[in-house]
Amino acid sequence: MKHPFAIALDVGSSKANHTGSWRTLRPEYVDRLPPCNAACPAGEDIQGWLFHAESGDYEAAWHALTANNPLPAIMGRVCYHPCEGACNRGQLDSAVGINAVERFLGDLAIAEGWGFTPPAEETGKRVLVVGAGPAGLSAAYHLRRAGHAVVLREAGPMAGGMMRFGIPKYRLPRDVIDAEVARITAMGVGLELNTKVDDIEKTMTEHGFDAAFLAVGAHIARRAYIPAAGAAKILDAVSLLRSMEGEAPPLLGRRVVVYGGGNTAIDVARTARRLGAEEAIIVYRRTREKMPAHDFELEEALEEGVSMKWLSTIKNIDGGHLEIEKMALDDKGFPQPTGEFETLEADSLVLALGQDVDLSLLDKAPGIEIENGVVKVGPNMMTGRPGVFAGGDMAPSERTVTVAVGHGKKAARHIDAWLRGAALDVAAKHASASFDRLNTWYYEDAPATVRPMLEAARRIDSFSEVQGGLDATNALYEARRCLSCGNCFECDNCYGVCPDNAVIKLGPGKRFSIDYDYCKGCGLCAAECPCGAIDMVPETL
Amino acid sequence: MQKLKFYQKGTLTVGNRLVDEASHNVQASQERSNSLTCGHRACQGCGEALGARYAIDAAMRAAGKQLIAVNATGCLEVFTTPYPETSWQMPWMHSLFGNAAAVATGAAAAMRVTGKSTTRVVAQGGDGGTTDIGFGCLSGMFERNDDVLYICYDNEGYMNTGVQRSSATPPAARTATTPAIGAQPGNVFGTGKFVPKIAVAHDIPYVATASVADLHDLEAKVTKAMAFHGARYIQINVPCPLGWGAASHDTIRLARLAIETGLFPIFEAEYGRITQVRRIRRPKPVAEYLKLQRRYAHLFRDGVEDPRVARIQAIADRHIDEYGLLET
Amino acid sequence: MLEQIEGSKAMARVIALCRPQVICAYPITPQTHIVEGLGDLVREGALETCEFINVESEFAALSVAIGSSAAGARSYTATASQGLLFMAEAVYNAAGLGLPIVMTLGNRAIGAPINIWNDHSDAMALRESGWVQLFAETNQEAADLHVIAFRLAEELSVPVMVCVDGFILTHAMERVDIPTQQDVDAYLPPYEPVQVLDPADPISIGAMVGPDAFTEVRYLQYYKQHTAFDLIADLAAEFAERFGRASGGLLRQYRSADAELVVVAMGSVNGTIKDVIDEMRGEGLSVGLVTLVTFRPFPTAALQQALAQARHVLVIDRSLDPGMGGPLASNVDLALRNLASPPAIHSAIAGLGGRPVTKASLHRLFRQAMTEPWEGPHFLDLNERVVGRELHRRGKARRSGPAAESILKILETERAAAFQARSETAK
Repeated sequence: MKHPFAIALDVGSSKANHTGSWRTLRPEYVDRLPPCNAACPAGEDIQGWLFHAESGDYEAAWHALTANNPLPAIMGRVCYHPCEGACNRGQLDSAVGINAVERFLGDLAIAEGWGFTPPAEETGKRVLVVGAGPAGLSAAYHLRRAGHAVVLREAGPMAGGMMRFGIPKYRLPRDVIDAEVARITAMGVGLELNTKVDDIEKTMTEHGFDAAFLAVGAHIARRAYIPAAGAAKILDAVSLLRSMEGEAPPLLGRRVVVYGGGNTAIDVARTARRLGAEEAIIVYRRTREKMPAHDFELEEALEEGVSMKWLSTIKNIDGGHLEIEKMALDDKGFPQPTGEFETLEADSLVLALGQDVDLSLLDKAPGIEIENGVVKVGPNMMTGRPGVFAGGDMAPSERTVTVAVGHGKKAARHIDAWLRGAALDVAAKHASASFDRLNTWYYEDAPATVRPMLEAARRIDSFSEVQGGLDATNALYEARRCLSCGNCFECDNCYGVCPDNAVIKLGPGKRFSIDYDYCKGCGLCAAECPCGAIDMVPETL
Repeated sequence: MQKLKFYQKGTLTVGNRLVDEASHNVQASQERSNSLTCGHRACQGCGEALGARYAIDAAMRAAGKQLIAVNATGCLEVFTTPYPETSWQMPWMHSLFGNAAAVATGAAAAMRVTGKSTTRVVAQGGDGGTTDIGFGCLSGMFERNDDVLYICYDNEGYMNTGVQRSSATPPAARTATTPAIGAQPGNVFGTGKFVPKIAVAHDIPYVATASVADLHDLEAKVTKAMAFHGARYIQINVPCPLGWGAASHDTIRLARLAIETGLFPIFEAEYGRITQVRRIRRPKPVAEYLKLQRRYAHLFRDGVEDPRVARIQAIADRHIDEYGLLET
Repeated sequence: MLEQIEGSKAMARVIALCRPQVICAYPITPQTHIVEGLGDLVREGALETCEFINVESEFAALSVAIGSSAAGARSYTATASQGLLFMAEAVYNAAGLGLPIVMTLGNRAIGAPINIWNDHSDAMALRESGWVQLFAETNQEAADLHVIAFRLAEELSVPVMVCVDGFILTHAMERVDIPTQQDVDAYLPPYEPVQVLDPADPISIGAMVGPDAFTEVRYLQYYKQHTAFDLIADLAAEFAERFGRASGGLLRQYRSADAELVVVAMGSVNGTIKDVIDEMRGEGLSVGLVTLVTFRPFPTAALQQALAQARHVLVIDRSLDPGMGGPLASNVDLALRNLASPPAIHSAIAGLGGRPVTKASLHRLFRQAMTEPWEGPHFLDLNERVVGRELHRRGKARRSGPAAESILKILETERAAAFQARSETAK
């Protein structure tokens, strides 16, 4: 020791003093389930793929996204994005435009020609998927990824199901469907069109399938009994929207009335406007607040000149005259007849009252149970017939594309497990990353990006897509609005705010660890963690 | 100040994985000096320990590690250098309570005459060592324009000796020498001094206030201060969980509230003129700040708000007006 | 080269030859001319690579020197009296940190009552601070001691105070031999600190030391000073060899080897004492002198050797510990009391606050020490009439007010009476 005793000290010698012994609470890094992920019917790891998008690595983001959902370009257009409804940022300024970023990634993947990698190994198992709608496509994709041979049978002439035959082009251009389907078939999924499966038992036995996933959808229009006289032109929504995919557009006349209050009713009314109807009137028996259709879709329809007749039911049809009875909501919110009537003129009436499932292919299958017109499935999506799983609109569901995609993925995972003779090991869900756990100070104020919309006047002239996409700049901006609720995004706050230098930064992508030799348990790291990814846990002796 | 367009997430955090290494905060870097390292004996959640590492690491980077620190007596000195252990990882010296500025002047002079003028000198002390007992030496250092950056870690009282009043203790605050007893409980209104303003009055090259709640601002100011030669002064608001009677995890929150209420104005001045003010981002009433601290508990006894709270609010409002702390 | 020069200027010239790198200046009488002289030399360029810093107080002066010394620069300052007390905390600190600062102390009384004239109260007040304290007898020695002080300070890592009597030495014009730069450089190598603030080899200086090691730190301070006697003697010998004159060392003896009465004193008063001794020797009286140059560390062994054969030792203190007496006398007493047959020790307090110590008074004092020894301190030339009246006044009033004012009043009354008597005689 060359310097004087005790007065001068060697640098950093305090490391011999392990102040961790003072601690009564210990910080622990946790991963919590972000509300977007929790709300996603397709089971996407939204925060996970936004993480890559934030850094501008769109290809990695797209791969992370498609690990759960193979149809981002479609979903980015038609999903009703419950994720955004759940997004914690909504409580701060406005929700992250997850859907818009998803579409951006989906479109970019199509433009760049990104594809899926075929499985490295084949399992030798053969799985039949019936129905090439969103559920079937999703299941086929996931099963193929797991290494199974997949045959995807579709009764119709083109893949897509309701995405093609139910959703109008102005919401979902067909080349988008084609591109995303092509990517799945490119993995080696055998798509067989115009091939209806009438008898599942027979098909499975004859072709030696080890398992099957049924997703035939709900294509049968539900009809209501309305006394009709004269030559009334009455159509159903399913047929109308389906016919839009044919050669000749249907003739609806100048004044079209749509009966119903769901999204399909709105799709029909907006389609009618585009087909030249001067008036498209939606008749619905309840109020706007009670309407099952999404409000933004109604808003768009109103912009396009669609008009609404609330609290109304159609009692009689006489040629071009519709007799409408006014309704009133009772104290329970149910519509009750008032005895007041009026007349509405219409060249055609389109019924949009819901759809039923054609379950005839199950007639000879043993053990199948039907309830409320749909197939009963277990928590693993399997029907009463072992090895036969079902999902999408034919199983109990909300009947959205997103739910269908989620069913396909879930069923595929269970089928894979079932084929391996094991139950799927479903990891316990992380606790919720609630808003109150966030330290929102650290998030810069950043209002959501508004996606460009086609002007209303130009919409009704064509079936051009109404809603535009983001460009690379605002997609990046939007992705970076993500708060990363409940999961470390390496902001370095814990590393920075520790007065005891007891947080170890492990390097990019490796997050952090606590140096418990020195951590005094002050809790600053947890308090200042923007995303609530640190818990303070009582220390035990 | 660093402004990153499109880095909405984490722009205000310590680091940001989306930013290239060169524009990282010092505290985000794995290579930061940790000039003040672990094993020190500061209380849990000590704002001063944090502020000191923030400031000195930033100064170390600005000086290319050619830096010497002189420390006044006080918490920072006691908790970092009890024999046989020191937490400093840089040349550091402690002499007395009231002479840090003068000792630093000497060290800076020594650097010049021994041909090491690239080695820079910082002096540091608490508010007691700066605004009270060390004030004479500090003012002398300022008026001579000695090449020293003096950093005051302001925790608003003599915490090392057991929480007594200093000239930086705010009105109404309870300390061991201003107990919450009698007709005027806590520290007396109309007393105290705000040394940053006095420093500005010396017309020295650079004066700034900063806070542990805004690392970006703090590091930018230390870095800027290091770009000047001559006398420079930065006063950093560092909450003291012990002295303020606050939870150890609330240190940064309190510092943030001190800014957002307007009680601790953040500004910088060059050569006697205020050149920049950090505006309040999310304005808060002072009560929100006061209620988190037991030193103000007598203002909220039995759920009744003492009229003195309004007087403290008036002080905050005056700061807001005087420094223009709100966006207009 | 011999020059007729003011003591302060001579010191400034020699200090400059020691190549101090940082000089802290703050005015206080009577040291002011030293730092003024140094300031001139720096501005003239005679003293290069030196920072001359005008500080705002003595506390800052020594604090700046503490910083510069710890950062590796040879550092110098000067003070006196109140200034030394104002920097007292830093005085202890510099010693505790082992920083080889050299400081000139222009010895001056301490108030109240405020007094700008010479005595040793200031040096004595901080005799326990851990500094080496050297006392100069002449202007030549005052200048020379600084060369020795820097060398000693840096070899020991201890600060050194060069004590020079205010006015008597600082303001007197005398002949002084100013050494050459070459000789000073040869005697005093560049400063190499044992502990230094250096980014290339960082350490923490000035740790808090608790009960577990404080005694040891203090013991090491004691040990260092008490093993430095040989070094101090050697440095004086080396100085004499190079510069051809005796300056410094532990003590000097003058006609004391066979003396019955040996006087012990420090500083400029020794010149007068020597004259008195010569005169008394001429009268056949056996009187000698030990001039103490090094007061701290206190050279007990050297004193024992120098005083063992004396019958009487008379210690002249130029300061007073009001509750004890003469500090130097106490120290000498402690040094001698365990000798086999210790001499009788007599204490005299002389020359407080600038009162002249006259040959006549010393004659009386020395004779009295041999013929009518006294107990306790003897106050040389005390105006007993004034004191008597004041004590009488105090005896009457329980609270008698400040003594200084009362005494001034008494003196005024006396002066007026004397004037009247003279006037009447003249009539």
